[in-house]
Amino acid sequence: MQFMLLFSRQGKLRLQKWYVPQADKEKKKITRELVQTVLARKPKMCSFLEWRDLKVVYKRYASLYFCCAIEDQDNELITLEIIHRYVELLDKYFGSVCELDIIFNFEKAYFILDEFLLGGEAQETSKKNVLKAIEQADLLQEVCWFLISAGGPPSPLASSRTRLNPEVY
Amino acid sequence: MPAPIRLRELIRTIRTARTQAEEREMIQKECAAIRSSFREEDNTYRCRNVAKLLYMHMLGYPAHFGQLECLKLIASQKFTDKRIGYLGAMLLLDERQDVHLLMTNCIKNDLNHSTQYVQGLALCTLGCMGSSEMCRDLAGEVEKLLKTSNSYLRKKAALCAVHVIRKVPELMEMFLPATKNLLSEKNHGVLHTSVVLLTEMCERSPDMLSHFRKVWLLVPQLVRILKNLIMSGYSPEHDVSGISDPFLQVRILRLLRILGRSDDDSSEAMNDILAQVATNTETSKNVGNAILYETVLTIMDIKSESGLRVLAINILGRFLLNNDKNIRYVALTSLLKTVQTDHNAVQRHRSTIVDCLKDLDVSIKRRAMELSFALVNGNNIRGMMKELLYFLDSCDPEFKADCASGVFLAAEKYAPSKRWHIDTIMRVLTTAGSYVRDDSVPNLIQLITNSVEMHAYTVQRLYKALLDDISQQPLVQVSSWCIGEYGDLLVSGQCEEEEPIQVTEDEVLDVLEGLLLSNLSTPVTRGYSLLGEILNRIKKVVSVYGSSIDVELQQRAVEYNALFKKYDHMRPALLERMPIMEKTASNGPTEIVQTNGETEPSVPDTKHPPLVTQPANQANDLLDLLGGNDVVPVIQTTLPTKPASAGGELLDLLGDLSLSGGPAPAPVPSVPVSQPPFLLDGLSSQPLFTDIAAVIPPMTAYNKNGLKIEFTFERANPNPNIAVITIHATNTTEADMTEFVFQAAVPKTFQLQLLSPSSNIVPALNQGSITQIIRVLNPQKQQLRMRVKLTYTHKGLPVQDLAEVNNFPPQSWQ
Repeated sequence: MQFMLLFSRQGKLRLQKWYVPQADKEKKKITRELVQTVLARKPKMCSFLEWRDLKVVYKRYASLYFCCAIEDQDNELITLEIIHRYVELLDKYFGSVCELDIIFNFEKAYFILDEFLLGGEAQETSKKNVLKAIEQADLLQEVCWFLISAGGPPSPLASSRTRLNPEVY
Repeated sequence: MPAPIRLRELIRTIRTARTQAEEREMIQKECAAIRSSFREEDNTYRCRNVAKLLYMHMLGYPAHFGQLECLKLIASQKFTDKRIGYLGAMLLLDERQDVHLLMTNCIKNDLNHSTQYVQGLALCTLGCMGSSEMCRDLAGEVEKLLKTSNSYLRKKAALCAVHVIRKVPELMEMFLPATKNLLSEKNHGVLHTSVVLLTEMCERSPDMLSHFRKVWLLVPQLVRILKNLIMSGYSPEHDVSGISDPFLQVRILRLLRILGRSDDDSSEAMNDILAQVATNTETSKNVGNAILYETVLTIMDIKSESGLRVLAINILGRFLLNNDKNIRYVALTSLLKTVQTDHNAVQRHRSTIVDCLKDLDVSIKRRAMELSFALVNGNNIRGMMKELLYFLDSCDPEFKADCASGVFLAAEKYAPSKRWHIDTIMRVLTTAGSYVRDDSVPNLIQLITNSVEMHAYTVQRLYKALLDDISQQPLVQVSSWCIGEYGDLLVSGQCEEEEPIQVTEDEVLDVLEGLLLSNLSTPVTRGYSLLGEILNRIKKVVSVYGSSIDVELQQRAVEYNALFKKYDHMRPALLERMPIMEKTASNGPTEIVQTNGETEPSVPDTKHPPLVTQPANQANDLLDLLGGNDVVPVIQTTLPTKPASAGGELLDLLGDLSLSGGPAPAPVPSVPVSQPPFLLDGLSSQPLFTDIAAVIPPMTAYNKNGLKIEFTFERANPNPNIAVITIHATNTTEADMTEFVFQAAVPKTFQLQLLSPSSNIVPALNQGSITQIIRVLNPQKQQLRMRVKLTYTHKGLPVQDLAEVNNFPPQSWQ
């Protein structure tokens, strides 16, 4: 995978992950053009399109478009599954994820993505393992924070949603 | 200093902005606060500030001043800091900035950190955006982690190694020993990433590839793993819609493809498992189809037995019938790849493919079109062409050019009959004419001339098409050319295949004149039309173009005029029909001539050197009158009883007339050159515009009392707005007119220049004349009018006269 973009139906970028080096200007240009192209597609059209010399796979979940640019030898259908797996991970983590979750917790969306994909390839095919790793890392973060603010460790019974709320930063 | 606002608070605030300007203001304010916070080297809130900066960066605002801060966060001991710091590094830094190298040491330390999540962060960052220098420095650490027993780290290290190899291919070797044991892991994450690593190595190094095949015996290992995946029972951890770890399956299939490519033994070893996957995979959901797709790609790429290949193509055929358009798309793409090698198998699915031409999706339509063209052959040409022409009618403009070209190619290769071929071409021209590529027109013309027996039929049909619609440029061009060429056939009404239509020459001219006048015709089209007109009307029409803006048209018009005026007697010989062109690689048709007083059509705007080989018994001459830069007149090798034997010399002489300065004509054959002298007049390469002297007729400006003044015209080279008039004053009386002075005045918009006269005596009885040159500048191209004053002494008495000259021919001032 060369890059992944998440954007809303109005074309607002919610997440961008680049796996190949690009100048900032170039990234902006690519994003703008690709967003325009994908938003112009009609609902009945297939999820794949050729764009420049890349294959683009996209899928819409509610108000968010998930868009991946893959190379010629990559399998488009399995890329759809990768996108779906990522959405499932977000869903499990946030509990019925919606666009707002990703807006307000964008850094977490990145952390989850980085536990699932590395260098554009899947590093873990088990949903459970990815979520477990994120949980542990979150815990590490909180412990660290609480120790500094001398507030005491969080209750282990707190749900994942409330655990997100203590504003670490 | 109050604590900087929290990230979520900022996000909330920014989202309340109602305009872009408001948002910008908020962002600027916050950036200022963040900057001063950075300046104060505030450790507590650095993480918060950088997080906010990253949010603003995503909105599109500059955040480069946070780059160093990210490095500081990475160096911090706090996990929270590191997490945001590494994220910031991946978002804000890349290998183009020198700053990124400062990360190397931090990453190195973190790769050896006691906490696996910190190690994980470091591996992830390195594997995402590590530059070649960083990779070189840290490859050793990565290799170490590849050997750890911690599967969490091992899988990340494997993908990090992939990135290192991509950046610094020479380092591939060092990872080899560590890679060996990876496949014996049970952990799917490690297995998956190991397969990716092995794939990368195989793709980069053929040596590695054969090493893996022969020494490591990788194929049986992979086959075993795949088999376990398929045969093992339900595993909740890796299950996706009833299939166990589809991601791993697909990756293994892809690696098998690379290993089996052009290797019989490996291909043999994987035959069974491929057949098993192909037949047993559940196809109701996308996951199953993803695996089948990969399997098909593998089967087609390795040296599989034919039964397996047929199985694969049938899977693709089934895909074509799937409701899911993604599956159909993928099937068409794969079929396109295999159509060359397994043509017959793909042919079986032809009707389904043709149905896909009617699909709503643009990508699918395109694929179906390409595949349809690939499947056309001698047997199915009629049926396929019907479908493809129907497609051409109804498809989007973006397809039309490609489709038209494809139709022409296919028709050329497999046309069952000439008539069918021409009908097909006509259909394309009438439906998609404006999308036809420019080079198709000369090719079509060549094709038409080659089908001799179809000339009458062709020209008739083209004429009819032209009557219907003149908006399609290529159609108009071909039609004009044909009418010019075969107009006699059209007019004589002979046509076996269709009902002959009675067309008179005038009707033809009407049509062609209509073309000339129509706004829709491009200059090129007009160029074609110019040629297909009959003499009487031609002179009038063609003269108009004598001063046309388009140089090409002007040149041709002038040359035709020259042809009519000075060389009229040569016309029949010149205007014979063009011989059949033989197809040569890159050449367009050359000039031809036409009988029956119809002028010759000209060559289309081809820059190719026209080259024709003449059959020995060709009774027609070939002349290259007008043409591009390389005009080469063709010489008859034999000159049997030719009626127009004068043609031989004409060839050569008129070859000289190539006014664009082409190469010297070929030598004339040994035919006695006995032409009257005036043929040689002006045939050396003279500038173009002097020929217009023949174009603008002279006029009598004044004729009174025995004094006659005639004006003759020339257009000055290089300024066409200047008319050069030469006055000739002659005297029919018995006495000389002496002290003759000619003066002229012109309206205000003109400028006049009078040069010295040849003398001031007009001899009596037309024994001589005075000539004087007048230059008139007429930039506004208004009607030329002149007032002349003549003074002279005749028989001792002074005479003075004023006259108005209004009868200037239009060409002199247009």
